[in-house]
Amino acid sequence: MDIKAGRLSADQLRANFCDLAPAMAPNEARVAAERCLFCHDAPCVTACPTTIDIPLFIRQIAAHNPIGAAETILSANIMGAMCARVCPTENLCEGACVREVSEGKAVEIGRLQRHATDAAYGAGKQFFRAGPATGKRIAVVGAGPAGLSCAHRLAVLGHAVTLYEAREKAGGLNEYGIAAYKASDSIAAREVEYILAVGGISVVHGKRLGRDFRLADLERDFDAVFLGMGLGGTNTLGLGDEPEGVMDAVEYIARLRQAKALSDLPIGRKVVVIGGGMTAIDIAVQAKKLGAEEVTIAYRRGRKAMPASDYEQEVAQIAGVTIREYQRPKTLLAAGGKLAGVELEYVTEREGKLVPSGETTMLACDQLFKAIGQTLLPEDFGGEGGLQMKSGKILVDSARRTSRPKVFAGGDCVFGGQDLTVSAVEDGKMAAQAIDSMLKAAKAA
Amino acid sequence: MVDLSVDFVGIKSPNPFWLASAPPTDKAYNVIRAFKAGWGGVVWKTLGEDPPVVNVSGPRYGAIHASDRRVIGFNNIELITDRPLEVNLQEIKQVKRDWKDRAMIVSLMVPCEERNWAAILKRVEETEADGVELNFGCPHGMSERGMGAAVGQVPEYVEMVARWCKQHTRMPVIVKLTPNVGDIRKPAEAAKRGGADAVSLINTVNSIMGVDLDAMSPWPHTEGKGTHGGMCGAAVKPIALNMVAEIARSEATRGLPISGIGGIETWKDAAEFMALGAGTVQVCTAAMVYGFKIVEEMKSGLARFMEDKGYSRVSDFVGKAVPNVTDWQHLNLDYVVKAEIDQDLCIKCGRCHIACEDTSHQAITKEKDGARHFEVIEEECVGCNLCAVVCPVENCITLSPLPKGAVDPRTGTPVGGTRTWKEHPNNPMAKNPRPALTAAE
Ligand SMILES: Cc1cc2nc3c(=O)[nH]c(=O)nc-3n(C[C@H](O)[C@H](O)[C@H](O)COP(=O)(O)OP(=O)(O)OC[C@H]3O[C@@H](n4cnc5c(N)ncnc54)[C@H](O)[C@@H]3O)c2cc1C
Ligand SMILES: Cc1cc2nc3c(=O)[nH]c(=O)nc-3n(C[C@H](O)[C@H](O)[C@H](O)COP(=O)(O)O)c2cc1C
Ligand code: SF4
Repeated sequence: MDIKAGRLSADQLRANFCDLAPAMAPNEARVAAERCLFCHDAPCVTACPTTIDIPLFIRQIAAHNPIGAAETILSANIMGAMCARVCPTENLCEGACVREVSEGKAVEIGRLQRHATDAAYGAGKQFFRAGPATGKRIAVVGAGPAGLSCAHRLAVLGHAVTLYEAREKAGGLNEYGIAAYKASDSIAAREVEYILAVGGISVVHGKRLGRDFRLADLERDFDAVFLGMGLGGTNTLGLGDEPEGVMDAVEYIARLRQAKALSDLPIGRKVVVIGGGMTAIDIAVQAKKLGAEEVTIAYRRGRKAMPASDYEQEVAQIAGVTIREYQRPKTLLAAGGKLAGVELEYVTEREGKLVPSGETTMLACDQLFKAIGQTLLPEDFGGEGGLQMKSGKILVDSARRTSRPKVFAGGDCVFGGQDLTVSAVEDGKMAAQAIDSMLKAAKAA
Repeated sequence: MVDLSVDFVGIKSPNPFWLASAPPTDKAYNVIRAFKAGWGGVVWKTLGEDPPVVNVSGPRYGAIHASDRRVIGFNNIELITDRPLEVNLQEIKQVKRDWKDRAMIVSLMVPCEERNWAAILKRVEETEADGVELNFGCPHGMSERGMGAAVGQVPEYVEMVARWCKQHTRMPVIVKLTPNVGDIRKPAEAAKRGGADAVSLINTVNSIMGVDLDAMSPWPHTEGKGTHGGMCGAAVKPIALNMVAEIARSEATRGLPISGIGGIETWKDAAEFMALGAGTVQVCTAAMVYGFKIVEEMKSGLARFMEDKGYSRVSDFVGKAVPNVTDWQHLNLDYVVKAEIDQDLCIKCGRCHIACEDTSHQAITKEKDGARHFEVIEEECVGCNLCAVVCPVENCITLSPLPKGAVDPRTGTPVGGTRTWKEHPNNPMAKNPRPALTAAE
């Protein structure tokens, strides 16, 4: 088993982990902005979960007003800076761009969004202030994109927010999960700072719902509650005892994101990743960038079915990752308690069902990452008895209201979401609006 | 927060962005949409006497497109409103009633008789509109009937009609000028003499947008025949800016309120008109090309600009550039700039070189050590700006002044003096010619 740190020099690591989509030079931004047709009822806006007024902000960039563009963006999506870097735009705004139809080349909306938000952050422009105090108090659980977005909008509407976060830092997966090459220059932390600067939000770190307090406590002490605790658990392979060398991808990425020096991170010479989502792509690419010699993703279905977009798959392939389809792990091979390889079983798909073909293949590896999905930990809020659930997630209505009257939820922990940063931001924003309406209606009554 | 609201000759509006008299303001339906979108005011599509005019049912509009099909010039052969007067008046009254905070100006054009003007003014007053604009500018169709530009091109008529209007109404009177004249100051002075409260400009410029070489007719055409139209849009902005500046700085018309029109697409275009003295601006083509929503960009951009510059209200910067518009003879001939190419931004297209080489002063290299390389030769550069204009990369080529005391390598003359043509030795009429730098300097 060959797992060790410092496979590459510090310089090489720095080069490998630089921005996947770098900032635009001024002329690049101007040319890109001028391609926007300022469409009516623009398809890109419809495709954006937070409905940012994209034609307007691009027109503002073209009219030499990038700061005004940032205000347009952040008013709809307070995490516009992060979303500019991490959104799978090829499936969202850029996928819908009419230039994609006419020339097969969308306006570079994501990078233009970064251009504008960078300008505002660079100039220290704060567009938001906590609104006049309403006297209402709201508890928000989880300082990820959903929780932060909800807290921010509530603060702007004048409510006092207490934000409970189990971890040491706020930001959720922006801080602990997003690939390092998408979130360079501590953008996640800078964004959290920008959001909290609105005022009216007090963050309580190290307090965990379900361990340090219960949902009933929050319902008693606050006028409303928003749950945005993401997915705390991970799926297991179900192949029995896991030898040393088998790791959870999300946990490893969190270590990577928090590492003081990337050269301290041990990585295998031969690495296998099980899964087909963004996490699988991210861990595979980052393993490669850390200096792994061979990285293989094994996915049980076909590439078309991968939750990772074509673009993400392309990123992996450019990084030198091999993607194998219709293969799933059958046995973990170990020598002396340490991982030596994996036996993969070929499967075929019949009417949507996976059928083993009976054939298998051996793949030697030093390290294997599980990237097969995360799960909600229902014990945090008292499980099914506490809130109505569906397919293991919290059930909410279109206003992000749960089965309990004062309790709202959003982000990865709710059923039916897209599991994206941007949709978590939208959930938080919508829930804040709904909470505000509920409290106003109660006051009027 | 900056305050975008304006008071223009007593007409108040929440922002200086008005829609010009044209199709965007032809009906209540459009105007209500415009107000919802955030426009500060409208000049209603020009009203005339009944029976209403009849428009062609062939194409009315043409355009020149940039290579990316962006509309940079627009033209029309449309007449004034083709709806009955009473219908328009009722709509104006209702819309003004529902949108009290917005400016409602009514554009008018009737035959050149006092009683015709008196009659229509009376009816407009009943709508409680905020003011009237006299359309002396329409260059096609109406001018053939002795109205529009046919009036605007004769200063005596402009003065006469303006005077009638001031006599027959308490409403502010704005005279809209045609650019199809030799000297824009003349009709502006006439308007002022006639008592007009303000002028607005420009209306459209006489134009034929193209020729259909199959039909051998102007394009666009009605059954094989075409007529000149009026051009507007981005391409006319420089013409309009100059005309606004001329009126703003002319002795006879200084201080006369101006509503600036012509090619305004963004906040920056608007701010430029305002810096040259326009108290409000009007937009037609950009709205027709992109829709009413563009006003959001204009308001946001203007507010940001004012905030950055420390202007708290629009009047803080209206006219601020006027003192700097001057005659050629007052320009300093001892001020010397040289072009400079930012090698990091240069994409090596060579356009600057060929422009300078073929048509200017052979002041840009094309290679260095056998490799493609574009660099300014200061000994040859006259600082004309051609290279910077043709460069496809914004800010790649800039012109910077030589410091005072330096010697211009092209002419061998010291830099930093203050001679204008009046003091230059080459000027045979110069009373006190002097060398570039005197001992004292
Ligand atoms: C590896 C990886 C890569 C990804 N890449 C992308 C990408 O490129 N683009 C994209 O759009 N999306 C990406 N995603 C998805 C995206 O990160 C999530 O959809 C988004 O972060 C969800 O936000 P959230 O606020 O619901 O949850 P989280 O971001 O998970 O935040 C939840 C927060 O709640 C805290 N918390 C949890 N339980 C409790 C508790 N009981 N009490 C108090 N606090 C608690 C957590 O510590 C955390 O801070 C990726 C996800 C992963 C795992
Ligand atoms: C289709 C069309 C119709 C117009 N009709 C009128 C009119 O009825 N009365 C008038 O004063 N100006 C009319 N104009 C001129 C505009 O009000 C405006 O002065 C001119 O278009 C310049 O502004 P712009 O470059 O923003 O379009 C018309 C312009 C267009 C394009
Ligand atoms: S713009 Fe409208 S009215 Fe004009 S030609 Fe097209 S469809 Fe007809």
